Amino acid sequence: MKRPAVVLGVLGVDAHVVGNKIMAHALESAGFTVVNIGTFSTQQDFIRAAIETAANAILVGSLCGHGEMECRGFRESCIEAGIGGIHLVVGGNLVVGKQNWEEVEKRFLQMGFNRAYPPSISPRQVIEDLKNDLAKRKDA
Amino acid sequence: MSLALLIDFGSTFTKILAVDLAAEEILAYAQSCTTVETDIMVGLRRALDLLPAHLKTASYECRLSSSSAAGGLGMITIGLIPELSAEAARRAALGAGAKVLTVYSFRLSARELEELEALKPDIVLLAGGTDGGNEEVILDNARLLAASRIRCPILIAGNKAAADEVQSILCAGGKITLLTDNVMPEVNVLNVEPVRERIRRVFIERIIAAKGLKRAEEFVEGILMPTPTAVLRAAQLLSQGVGSEKGLGDLVVMDIGGATTDVHSIGAGNPIQAGVVRKGLPEPLAKRTVEGDLGLRYNAGTILKLCGEEQILRHARFLQKDLAPRLEKLSQCVEVLPQTAEDHDLDFALASCAARMAMERHAGSIEALWGPQGQYHIQYGKDLTGIEHLIGTGGIFIYHRQAGDLLRKTLFSPEEPFSLRPKNPTLYTDARYCLYAVGLLAERYSEPALRIAKKYLKKWD
Repeated sequence: MKRPAVVLGVLGVDAHVVGNKIMAHALESAGFTVVNIGTFSTQQDFIRAAIETAANAILVGSLCGHGEMECRGFRESCIEAGIGGIHLVVGGNLVVGKQNWEEVEKRFLQMGFNRAYPPSISPRQVIEDLKNDLAKRKDA
Repeated sequence: MSLALLIDFGSTFTKILAVDLAAEEILAYAQSCTTVETDIMVGLRRALDLLPAHLKTASYECRLSSSSAAGGLGMITIGLIPELSAEAARRAALGAGAKVLTVYSFRLSARELEELEALKPDIVLLAGGTDGGNEEVILDNARLLAASRIRCPILIAGNKAAADEVQSILCAGGKITLLTDNVMPEVNVLNVEPVRERIRRVFIERIIAAKGLKRAEEFVEGILMPTPTAVLRAAQLLSQGVGSEKGLGDLVVMDIGGATTDVHSIGAGNPIQAGVVRKGLPEPLAKRTVEGDLGLRYNAGTILKLCGEEQILRHARFLQKDLAPRLEKLSQCVEVLPQTAEDHDLDFALASCAARMAMERHAGSIEALWGPQGQYHIQYGKDLTGIEHLIGTGGIFIYHRQAGDLLRKTLFSPEEPFSLRPKNPTLYTDARYCLYAVGLLAERYSEPALRIAKKYLKKWD
């Protein structure tokens, strides 16, 4: 059976690579094909890689606090590129300062992301959710 | 004496070089106009007649040739994403010595298909999708090509999961197909060698005959490769060495021709400065770029349009009046060689502009970005600042007295610190026009070929 493919990377002018490597390792160990485009990636880099690899999901990391600005319009860009239905996940230090997580999450879900995670999330949780979400999509 | 005759059927001139392999010496060089439109052998015989008498009748151990006659090897490449598989396919075709007529990405439109048929390529390279990735687009493009009027071979180098089906679709449409490994099996992973090798085989097996060059094979052992491939091979041999004969290390070859300016670089081009992050599709170790708008004859007028009169005159020593009509005339009489000091000066000025621009396009660049933690530098393409050797080849490097100065015009400038052009390389010119011959000899006589190249490259202080 074909392994589900995910595009993973760090969005924007952001050099934080450690979490990206850990996440890539965890996803590979869990049976995913990981297309890791690394740090300093633009929205278009994620989208191009997702089209070329027919990926099932895009996992966006944002660690520098600029996530809210960098992620704006991501879903719209996917729609424009013909992959409007792709499963979109975002996680990391998404906003500057200490803000109420429920509100932050709501903002990112409203932007069109299917899941948003705070910095303390375990890779295991992300993978479990991803498996369930992709299975639900398949059933639907 | 063990003699070799190395022939290049160029787009304008047929060049021949007689070499003594045992003594590792160039014995003679001659050239005459290429006559591919009537009979390729006429031009070759004329060139042979210009050799010294004893070399006309000599017995040659091998007669090898390359060709860029009859338009060279015209290819069209098709991929999915412009910056990914379409770019990977383009780079593979360029590295195989092709003239890339156009590049298509995504699903072909009716207009593109019509254009593709009209361009009459020698080979179509069909890529798209990483292995196990997108199958839909390459399959759709195969269906469109199967129903088209194109008759040239189609080389399939896309998603391996779809490749067999792509081939079946094209075969059902009566097309000639060849299958090879995916040119981009994973995102940002280039796999150009299998494609290059396949293109070379198609060139030998099919393209030579299709271009009316078959008659030449009665005289030569074989037209082994397109001319740019021969130059790229020579560059690789010179850089990497062979057996006990050491190579020079990382280098760049600047090939200025009548129609195009080619740049070949051998080297990884990794970032030299600390803190620079490399992005984009990886570069092939042996990289070739072709500037179809920069040539000293066919594109003399285009150089004026691109660089402007002021820029051209900055490189000239003479006043050079009536530039526009003179360049127009040059682009119509492409076989004209410079006669007067003023003609040589104009060629030098044009070549300086072409070489400068070609190097800028070939070399990588740095983009400076500001983030919350400060400034970052992102590198796209190859960093050539540390390249140790720069070699010029083409007519101007044989005939012009200040050919070394021409190469200096292409170097790094502190005014443009983000253009990663070579900083302080040793300069050489291919004063005996032997690089193509070295590339042809590289397979069978690699060590003598390398020593000949080292011996005859002219070093400039």
